[in-house]
Amino acid sequence: MASNTNIKIALIGNPNTGKTLLFNQLTGLNQKVGNYPGVTVDKKEGKSKLSATHTATITDLPGTYSINPTSLDESIVLKTLLKKDIKSSPDVILVVADAENLKRNLLLFSQIKDLEIPTVLAINMIDQMKKKGISIDLNALQKELNTEVILISAKKNEGINDLKAAIIKCHVAAKASPLCAVNHKIDADYFDRLKEISPNHSIYELWLMVTQNNYPDSITKEEKENLLAFKSDASKLKKYQHKETIYRYQEINRILKETYIVDKTKATDLRGKLDRIFTHKIFGYFFFFLILLLIFQSIFDWASLPMDLIDGTFADISSYLKRELSPGVLTDLLTDGIIPGIGGVLIFIPQIAILFMFIAILEETGYMSRVVFLMDKIMRRFGMNGKSVIPLISGTACAIPAVMATRTISSWKERLITILVVPFTTCSARLPVYAILIALIIPNKKIFGFYSLQGFTLLMLYVLGFATAILSAYILQKTLKIKSSSFFVVEMPNYKFPSVKNVFFEVVEKTKAFVLGAGKIILALSVVLWFLASNGPDSYNNVEQNITSEISNQDLSEDELNQKIASAKLEHSYIGIMGKSIEPAIKPLGYDWKVGIALITSFAAREVFVGTLATIYSVENDDENTSTIKEKMRNDINQNTGEKTFNFPVGVSLLVFYAFAMQCMATLAIVKKETNTWKWPLIQLFGMSGLAYICSFIVYQILS
Amino acid sequence: MILNTYLCHPKLFFLSTIASLLKGEIGYISEESLDEIPLKLLEMGCLPGAEVQLIQLAPLKDPIYINVNGSHLAIRKETAAIIKIIKAH
Repeated sequence: MASNTNIKIALIGNPNTGKTLLFNQLTGLNQKVGNYPGVTVDKKEGKSKLSATHTATITDLPGTYSINPTSLDESIVLKTLLKKDIKSSPDVILVVADAENLKRNLLLFSQIKDLEIPTVLAINMIDQMKKKGISIDLNALQKELNTEVILISAKKNEGINDLKAAIIKCHVAAKASPLCAVNHKIDADYFDRLKEISPNHSIYELWLMVTQNNYPDSITKEEKENLLAFKSDASKLKKYQHKETIYRYQEINRILKETYIVDKTKATDLRGKLDRIFTHKIFGYFFFFLILLLIFQSIFDWASLPMDLIDGTFADISSYLKRELSPGVLTDLLTDGIIPGIGGVLIFIPQIAILFMFIAILEETGYMSRVVFLMDKIMRRFGMNGKSVIPLISGTACAIPAVMATRTISSWKERLITILVVPFTTCSARLPVYAILIALIIPNKKIFGFYSLQGFTLLMLYVLGFATAILSAYILQKTLKIKSSSFFVVEMPNYKFPSVKNVFFEVVEKTKAFVLGAGKIILALSVVLWFLASNGPDSYNNVEQNITSEISNQDLSEDELNQKIASAKLEHSYIGIMGKSIEPAIKPLGYDWKVGIALITSFAAREVFVGTLATIYSVENDDENTSTIKEKMRNDINQNTGEKTFNFPVGVSLLVFYAFAMQCMATLAIVKKETNTWKWPLIQLFGMSGLAYICSFIVYQILS
Repeated sequence: MILNTYLCHPKLFFLSTIASLLKGEIGYISEESLDEIPLKLLEMGCLPGAEVQLIQLAPLKDPIYINVNGSHLAIRKETAAIIKIIKAH
């Protein structure tokens, strides 16, 4: 038996060619998301079995129209392909093209071919060819391109075995020759001199290093200096790049003239009909608004059931373990720290999954590009980009994937502004905070006879979040002194029926990113919190004794006594002391030290607010009756003012505070990663929290 | 084809830019603006001689939605204004 050979494959293609679906077909659930060394862009990798003797490690590179990058996503393709170390450079490149846009797809193919790495071309969506009147002379095309060309349908899983065989064949042969050798046609003398610099690299590789200013490790210091000399005449470089592209298209046109025929009479104009509605000046916006309504409605409606289920299950597990395990510090850590911590992470999954399902469907169908088209002018007024709409919508689930979704924006200024304002949108972590505060201060009445006043308040908070995001973007646009070219081009792909498989994988991936990103921090914090709340200086240890002796003459049930002790313990714990020490600062906002504790604990993750208040108002863990928490909060008296702790002015002040304040460590961490400096996350932290403080102060002083 | 006609009977045509196209109108990208066309647009099919049709305009005529050579693209008005085309009278 032959030994097992593993082939490293890089999967490359234009956006909207079905590349991701092919990746999912080849690898199944056998994939993982990692990081490219040194950059933050996710690296999607999967394993596939090609034959009895060959396996493959496939890297799904971001979709791009050309090897010359204009955004962070696209620059990964160039970096991966220029790398020459044995460990990470691909053995075989698999280029995916879409049968309908073959001409444009072949531009990228021709560039890749010139790198002189073994390449296989897969032409996808052949199931659509007949309908669209396309016919391809496969043999002639293979000969002209000097490449194995396989016709596939990723959707119908056709041609995949042929593709696998072709990859093995290509790997074994391991010969590669350039397709166009285009550079010599531009300026033979110039490129001869370029080639002389390094014999180990193809002429096209050297050209890319010069034009893209990207030098792999395989280039020596001396070689690099020689290459830099070629950069001196910038206008010449630009001119040659233009010429190169035109020559490539001439060559592609020549090849396709003989091998690729489109019968235009067969074309149906579904795209035209749909575009007339979806990009219409009035109906287009109306339709987009309807879709947004549908999304938000379903986040609330569909997610509430699984969320309640998760909530209940974790409470049950906690109380079950509390009964079964012998009491002690470890049991407390488990039942009061770790398990509620995990529950606190998992509870957000339903909302996040539903939101990303919608976003994946909108992207898969091609509709998202129409939204980008409709929104670009409006967003540009505020210093952003049509593409900023996607992060802003994602932000209503969680700011972390939203910040990552800005990578497609090629202008650095527009991207930065989008990153900076995204945390203002109402993420799912704010919801439990809003829910309990609204229940406390807004009467459960209907306005106009049918619309719930509480629901209306929640809607207003969403509007407040979006409005603040947009307004601060406007201010940032005026104040940020960053020069960056804002070149904008978006492909409007053909409308497609979404692939269930792609949507499913996308949802799994995004949810995983949240659980691993924010989840770790939330979990770690709940453990720290538990420690701070259940330990304290000397006085803490005497609390139980003092309370018992203090109120021994009162006629209290055992439950009430225990609650009193728990409350007093919290007051004397480390966290209680912290709450008391910030009380002077938060008094003008209407809060007392108990709210102060919740503010401190929720500084790292907002949703901890509710859990902390539940602990403060000493609700027994095995009695998960939220109405009791609410009742206790409602009746609590602020010792400073003599009024109710959660009266209307305080409630509104808190709502405003949570709408604006930057209380999410995970978001700060991801912003640091994406912007590569602590400057921007710190600006977010102090800017947003400062705004929160000032606005809450004003609101409270006016209302009280 | 149309370019040849243009060269033989220049009076039948006039120079303009993509930004001046009306909805549904067709023009042909002229050689003249080659150096100004951003590389990315060239790569996506905006080549000299290519047929451009304006499909849709967003409010305030910005951005615009065009079909160049079978590529359906949305570009901003400022970009459209630097790509010269020839149009029939």
